[in-house]
Amino acid sequence: MDRFDFDSDRYKLNRGLAEMLKGGVIMDVTTPEQAIIAESAGAVAVMALERVPADIRRYGGVARMSDPKIIKRIKEAVSIPVMAKCRIGHFVEAQILEAIGVDFIDESEVLTPADEFCHIDKRKFKVPFVCGARNLGEALRRIAEGASMIRTKGEAGTGNVVEAVRHIRTIMGEIRRLQNMPEEELIIAAKEMGAPYELVLYVAKHGRLPVVNFAAGGIATPADAALVMQLGCDGVFVGSGIFKSENPEKRAKAIVMAVAYYNDPYVLAEVSEDLGEPMPGIEIEKLEEHYAERGW
Amino acid sequence: MKIGVLAFQGAVREHIDMLLKLGVLPIPVRKREDLKGISGLILPGGESTTIGKLLMDSGLKYDIIEMARDGLPIWGTCAGMILLAKHIVNQDYTYLDLMDIWVRRNAYGSQIDSFIKRVPVSPISNSPLELTFIRAPYVEKVGENVEVILELDGKIVAVREGKLLATAFHPELTEDLSFHKYFLELIKN
Repeated sequence: MDRFDFDSDRYKLNRGLAEMLKGGVIMDVTTPEQAIIAESAGAVAVMALERVPADIRRYGGVARMSDPKIIKRIKEAVSIPVMAKCRIGHFVEAQILEAIGVDFIDESEVLTPADEFCHIDKRKFKVPFVCGARNLGEALRRIAEGASMIRTKGEAGTGNVVEAVRHIRTIMGEIRRLQNMPEEELIIAAKEMGAPYELVLYVAKHGRLPVVNFAAGGIATPADAALVMQLGCDGVFVGSGIFKSENPEKRAKAIVMAVAYYNDPYVLAEVSEDLGEPMPGIEIEKLEEHYAERGW
Repeated sequence: MKIGVLAFQGAVREHIDMLLKLGVLPIPVRKREDLKGISGLILPGGESTTIGKLLMDSGLKYDIIEMARDGLPIWGTCAGMILLAKHIVNQDYTYLDLMDIWVRRNAYGSQIDSFIKRVPVSPISNSPLELTFIRAPYVEKVGENVEVILELDGKIVAVREGKLLATAFHPELTEDLSFHKYFLELIKN
């Protein structure tokens, strides 16, 4: 494929799968047992990992793709889609994940980047990709590379929603700005954002990204999940927030309810009750490493 | 005319946009009171385990079953087909138990096996329609009162039983309104 083909059947199917996840919660899991808990709590998909981001932070070192055996065991345990992470730019890890039949690949800044210049050319794959973004330019560059879904980066493994909120507000604000621009200024906006002009035109016309946009990075409570939904996200990734909390099963169910009823404070109050301790949170200023700064 | 769209999760916006194009009033359904006054209900594509669980937790399940028995037309796409089935061959529980069909979940494999076919669907359109199968189910067997609308490569992918309609594919992901028009006709007749 030598140019961006928005209307190819494969890209339609892959964007379509992401559309089917809208209004849902995607949960990080490290074992088949956790995957089953996530599925029965109502997760729309699971992210199969060796370590959740909070542990990746704690252990340090180079974080890589998980052992394919772990991913395959999780795939056997559940019927919902299974996602897995590869390093930014590591297209061979992506080839391996495609070969074992994962349903979605997350080219993720939570793992240590393998390439400091290029992301993966995702158009070369049949399997869909989700990528992180902090702003509209970054989101549109990832879509131009073939991403079928975007998520905010937030700051993974912190249990602190502040960065996810910053990234959602930035992307939504930039979309609203494009919508209000006279057409002749859009090419300048494309230049400034480092984003393809065709995609800038799409966003200006439709008032949203051409793919779904989830929130990720720091969501720990049902209220956090409803907050990012009310800010305009299509769904939620919860990484460490569930299985690093005191009562994962109850919290997982509560977050699923909170996303389905994100506009209903009475339901939100009900599901927020008596969940036990959330994961411990970290202030962003105290972080040694900001994962959100990874990616280009 | 008001048409409900079960709005927990999945391709809700797409169905709502298509109903608006056809000049009917879409009602997103999340609570029992949202079901009041609707003439038909669409169960969108999404994850059947998630939607099925929320049907139960919200108390909507038994209201919908009762309304279907009183003749409410219901159309399920993909996950919606699974929700409607009385039999799910690779799962030991069911959801709304309304249609006498034997459904296989994720019948075609994982996402890389998802596909698009363009074929005419005889009662609905003579020109080819774009049929989008995403981690789709199909029907292995139907009961005697079920009409098979479409078979594709030997697999049953669209069925009707009285006022209940189920498609394994996603007309809501295309630009074509034929299936939505067909469902509205089903409601009117």
